[in-house]
Amino acid sequence: MRARGDGRVLPVAIILLAILAIWYVGTYAMNAPFQRDLDRRGGVTRSSTDFFIATMTQPKPTLPAPHQVATNVFENTFLRKITSNRSLVYHAGVTLASTLLGFAIGTALGILIAVGIVHFVSLDRSLMPWLIASQTIPILALAPMIIVVLAAVNLTGLLPKALISTYLSFFPVAVGMVKGLRSPDLINLDLMRTYHASGAQTFWKLRLPASVPFLFASMKVAIAASLVGAIVGELPTGAVAGIGAKLLAGSYYSQTIDMFAALIAGSVVALLLVTAVDLASRVVQRRMGARTA
Amino acid sequence: MKSLQLWQPWVVLLLLGMAWLGLPFHSADPSPGLEATVFILLLLGAAAGAMPVPNWLRLIVLAVAPHATAWLLIRSLLERPGSADDSFFLALAAAWLLAWQLVALLSAVRCRRRDVQASLALIIPMLFGAWILLFWEAFTRGLGIPFILLPPPSAIFARLVTSLPVIAADVNQTIFKSVLVGYLLGCGAGFLVAILADRIPFMRRGLLPIGNMVSALPIIGVAPIMVMWFGFDWHSKAAVVVIMTFFPMLVNTVAGLSVTSSIERDLMRTYAAGYWQSLVKLRLPAAAPFIFNALKINSTLALIGAIVAEFFGTPVVGMGFRISTEVGRMNVDMVWAEIAVAAVIGSLFYGVIALAERSVTFWHPSFRSGRA
Repeated sequence: MRARGDGRVLPVAIILLAILAIWYVGTYAMNAPFQRDLDRRGGVTRSSTDFFIATMTQPKPTLPAPHQVATNVFENTFLRKITSNRSLVYHAGVTLASTLLGFAIGTALGILIAVGIVHFVSLDRSLMPWLIASQTIPILALAPMIIVVLAAVNLTGLLPKALISTYLSFFPVAVGMVKGLRSPDLINLDLMRTYHASGAQTFWKLRLPASVPFLFASMKVAIAASLVGAIVGELPTGAVAGIGAKLLAGSYYSQTIDMFAALIAGSVVALLLVTAVDLASRVVQRRMGARTA
Repeated sequence: MKSLQLWQPWVVLLLLGMAWLGLPFHSADPSPGLEATVFILLLLGAAAGAMPVPNWLRLIVLAVAPHATAWLLIRSLLERPGSADDSFFLALAAAWLLAWQLVALLSAVRCRRRDVQASLALIIPMLFGAWILLFWEAFTRGLGIPFILLPPPSAIFARLVTSLPVIAADVNQTIFKSVLVGYLLGCGAGFLVAILADRIPFMRRGLLPIGNMVSALPIIGVAPIMVMWFGFDWHSKAAVVVIMTFFPMLVNTVAGLSVTSSIERDLMRTYAAGYWQSLVKLRLPAAAPFIFNALKINSTLALIGAIVAEFFGTPVVGMGFRISTEVGRMNVDMVWAEIAVAAVIGSLFYGVIALAERSVTFWHPSFRSGRA
């Protein structure tokens, strides 16, 4: 594991540097026309170095330079009070809350559906095709309506957003758990039968433990999907709070730097969440006596 | 056919007993004729389910009784909206239990003939979907749920039929411009970069971890930025779709290109095949299942990307635009109609790719027939 990891660090670092370099070039190319226009109107003539610096420091650039975004993220993360409306931590917290709630409901629902599908043939035959079809539907399109409709019955705040996350996250869990609950070999199931184990005993002592690796693998997908659901769910609420709201507000006022900062914040949250699930999976599987791969 | 424990008929009798005590169905306007017909139909169904009758007879009765009951019950709501009583829903639940028994019987059918298998695989989910619609219709009409909250499916369908031209224009804008262009460009770019990464191992080692990481990120967030860069028309939506579809294609193609074993590649080398020959004749076909997997994932992502990007600004046409404006005007039936259309198109898109996969990767174990 370690040896393989070391072999990757250099290529990843170089490609990241290349992306950064392309980003700077892109910043210059995309901001230059506007800056030239600005200078012509203002009657300013600049040297080429000066001009280059000007494209990197516009207040509302078409494409903000990486250091502008980095400064914005740093300021809004560490230098502001967490309760402040401009703090990225505050907005990330709002999004995180609905992500986690939706993820929890979605995971519970997914496990429930999977247990049903494994134990009832008629559910397997009738529900499974719809489960798959439900994911070919661009369900995010429902987001504004769910929010508005639930607001009409005085249900606002966390739950409507969380419901969108739930819809996006239950499917990977359901499919993964169906696979996991069916993963015990025939020989293991036969062994349970020789012990005269009841259906419930087979479930708790064989099927459920066997499905744990599948559960964590699908939870990793589900939590990323859940975050996307939470962000999109914040769009139609009229930009109150959260990373999605920050994006929307940025697009209203052309605050590109703010939008990029919000994107970075969302990405950091996503990586933290996936890492957390990964860590939990390692701890649980070690406790269950699995060998580390 | 193995013998099944069937408990549904007895619960049906119990529910019917409770419904009997709670008569009439509609407190405002009782109709004894309807009630008598419903009870006779359901008793017939329960009898066929519980008594030792030939299987074909049981299937026919169970196919007819619950659905005729449901149709009668829902039709009775047309004249008396929002007046359904407890016993109405008890009778509907009894009908549903009979339908469940039908599904259980059909699921237990073991038949070698492929046409029977295929039609069963279609009928069973169809029954499930039909009952969801029936319950939806019965609850919204029977309880008089406000139209804004949840319109009944029949109203959505009526709206869909009357506003076909508007929806067609939206589909043209969103699907045939934003989604298709973005999908083709994004998948194509992902594929080409994957080939490039395959050619240069250094790039592969650097790109793969980054690609894997990016797939966990909420990429949809670039939508407002793309709208700002490329304007309100479909170009910005296509750009969002390109970005969303690029990484799944890249990661999957790179993974697929590495599945061939060294023994197969050595064979190509003994044939004196060059890089491109072994790529086209061996490694790309072997990677096809992975590539199709990416195409399938992307078909959903592309629709989501285009529709969500339209929330950030569009010309006055497009499915995302229609959804967000009609929600604001409380025309909820129109929103549901758009979503239904999006669902059908999403499923068709997916289905076309699945069919193409079947014909291209017919050699793959998951498609070879011979499974029982």
